[in-house]
Amino acid sequence: MASRARPLTSARGAALAAAFLGAMTLGTVAAVALHAGTARPGPADWSALRFTLLQAGLSAVISTALAIPVARALARRRFAGRGLLVTLMGAPFLLPVIVAILGLLAVFGRSGTLNGILAALNLPQISPYGLHGVLLAHVFLNLPLATRMILQGWQSIPAERFRLARSLALTPAAQFRHLELPMLRATLPGAALTIFTLCLASFATALTLGGGPAATTVELAIYQALRFDFAPDRAATLALIQFALTTAALLAGWALIRDAGFGAGLGRPPELPAPGGWRKGMDATAITLAAAFLLAPLAALVARGLPGLTDLPQGLIGATARSLAIALASTALATAAALALALATARKAPAHRLFDAAATFPLAASSLVIGTGLFLALRPFANPSDMAIPVTIATNATLALPYAYRLLAPPARSLHQDYARLSASLALTPVARLRLVTLPHLARPLGFGAGITAALSMGDLGVITLFAGQTNATLPLYIHSLMGSYRMEQAAAASLVLLTLSFALFALFDGIGRRHAPA
Amino acid sequence: MKTSILALGLATLATTAVAQDKPVLTVLTYDSFTAEWGPGPAVEKAFEETCACDLQFVAAGDGAALLSRIQMEGAGSDADIVLGLDTNLTAAAAATGLFAPHGQTWKNTLPVAYDDPTFLPFDWGWFAFVHDKAKTPNPPASFDDLAASDLKIIIQDPRSSTPGLGLLMWVKAAHGDRAAEIWKGLADNIVTVTPGWSEAYGLFLEGEADMVLSYTTSPAYHLIAEEDPSKAAAPFAEGHYLQVEVAGKLAATDQPALADAFLAFLGTDAFQSVIPTTNWMYPAVTPAAGLPAGFETLIQPEKSLLLSSTDAQAARDAALAEWQAALAR
Repeated sequence: MASRARPLTSARGAALAAAFLGAMTLGTVAAVALHAGTARPGPADWSALRFTLLQAGLSAVISTALAIPVARALARRRFAGRGLLVTLMGAPFLLPVIVAILGLLAVFGRSGTLNGILAALNLPQISPYGLHGVLLAHVFLNLPLATRMILQGWQSIPAERFRLARSLALTPAAQFRHLELPMLRATLPGAALTIFTLCLASFATALTLGGGPAATTVELAIYQALRFDFAPDRAATLALIQFALTTAALLAGWALIRDAGFGAGLGRPPELPAPGGWRKGMDATAITLAAAFLLAPLAALVARGLPGLTDLPQGLIGATARSLAIALASTALATAAALALALATARKAPAHRLFDAAATFPLAASSLVIGTGLFLALRPFANPSDMAIPVTIATNATLALPYAYRLLAPPARSLHQDYARLSASLALTPVARLRLVTLPHLARPLGFGAGITAALSMGDLGVITLFAGQTNATLPLYIHSLMGSYRMEQAAAASLVLLTLSFALFALFDGIGRRHAPA
Repeated sequence: MKTSILALGLATLATTAVAQDKPVLTVLTYDSFTAEWGPGPAVEKAFEETCACDLQFVAAGDGAALLSRIQMEGAGSDADIVLGLDTNLTAAAAATGLFAPHGQTWKNTLPVAYDDPTFLPFDWGWFAFVHDKAKTPNPPASFDDLAASDLKIIIQDPRSSTPGLGLLMWVKAAHGDRAAEIWKGLADNIVTVTPGWSEAYGLFLEGEADMVLSYTTSPAYHLIAEEDPSKAAAPFAEGHYLQVEVAGKLAATDQPALADAFLAFLGTDAFQSVIPTTNWMYPAVTPAAGLPAGFETLIQPEKSLLLSSTDAQAARDAALAEWQAALAR
């Protein structure tokens, strides 16, 4: 009896989560659209769409391609500081956009470190503005995410398979074909899909580093439609285009993702062969370059922020406390929903494709459309500034859920394939199964996913701008106001506080996950 | 569960009871106005001393966000006053029909005639390109000069920021039919176009460009707040476009008398003397004590440009298309 009741019960959780996500994404678009008729996008919108697709496609391909050697190197090498490096590499992704851009420019900007070195060597200067600048920033922001997703793939290949490969004396090429390629086919499409969809909604990065109106994205057109033209109909049309693109990307992903089908292992620590010679040199180069690329801008941000730390304004404490509370609440909500969705999808529960779509849509959602839709839908019932905190929690959870879901989905799939029958034959109760099988095996992605969710919720400016009243600004909004009043030094210091706290939350959850992981 | 609902109910009753003691005037404004370092706290204190009321600010993003907020809320808005639209947005704001005439008679000291029956100016500034005096000792003296130079500038996007829109109007008002030509000339000077003022100014301070579109009053911030005299604004021969920030009364206000009192208060020294060193703009009425020390070092453009709100609205779409065509590579 229990085994028949179980799938239904947990699919109910997934259905609830999917309904919530549907309301937050398509529902808010509908709320915006209902405010007026429908509008056709103009020629400027179509050229924005072309640029959006171009930059998102390239960003996804480059980030994932570069992540493969880095992830492989991290998977098969052990060195002092590896754990710290893996954790630190998550940081760029967690930064508020403008803060990340300032860090990047401190290194790659017109008066950045790199140009200083080039000038000293009498070499031509580089300018980070243009499509290449947009890609630079998107790779900076997304390479860590791609690396972690692929690294997890490598770690998911059971140690027994590598032992078998060794006893069969497979060449590295054969081993790649039989073990690593299937793993990459299971992992890469999801990683690329996530980054592509995420970059679809890029606005400030694309515009600031794009160098001019040629770098207009759909998100900017949405912003313009809502803010300057007050044409909610046009904004809704554009938001629907973003969702249509996401759907197309999802369909492509479904066609490409193949389960690696390694079967269950005994849960020993992965034993990746670590070949010497030129392969060792290549791995060392990949790790060094990635670490330098990702950590130099972070170091610059720390250096920029330190001088202002002694002179922080009073309101910072309240803003920080609010942001922490929001981050923790969103994390609980998003992680629970992502787990329910990932397990239901892994089990191929009825409507699992719908769950997969619901967990991906928020990536392409414009936070401005979500905010406007919620504002229009909730305004008749309550005062906007009273809703600011709950609305921000719901929105941040929605926007961060896809990351937790993408991290959980592949391991949840193999967990189901490997242990579902065993669990069923042992007639484990749902609670016992969750405690003995699911949570321990998914501890690592759950911890990482919760860490990302928490840090993203700390850093997201999102919808709070639409709802915030006099006294409920969050830390990112507070930093934005400091920057808007010439207070760049205080803003840099407050950004350092934000960076540190986001990172601490991330490291905390990630650490809990890694400690409880079987390997 | 029951207790928490009861407690919530009691708390709601209690707040309502307290609120009934004093009438509440709700002013919808932009974020940086209400910040602890902005004009908000001092303005609130000064007005509450005179009104026997509770002045509450509601922050709603930037100037453009104010307009979309009012349009979303329509006549059901809780706000009584909207403070912080600029003249490039007032035509659209007036067209919503949500504003009532202000009925005020106090005179402003703007450098151009500005007299609108619905919107009252509370501060203003000249747009200008700001530079570092040591790094750029000979700044350009006109848009043509700037276009001919190899100086790098950062500007804001007119589709997402009010200074960006202001620059669009500046070029249009100063050069009319030559605007497209000016933009083509400027194309190779523009390092990048940012979504808002803070990104542009931040990038400029990081050394990403020689000049940034800001205000003639920007150097006063560095001089007065940071004791850093290194920044200056470049005077342009064709004149400088104004940003005039205005306030308006919503027709649906439930506190018409308080709203009128607040609009009258805008013209007094108590409000105006707060503006220069909190909002870093010129007060709409020069206070009796004059401007703060340091403001005398700022450039004084001889010619001020401002399109009427209807002209600005009429010119916007064509000017935007011109701008996009000239800068799209």
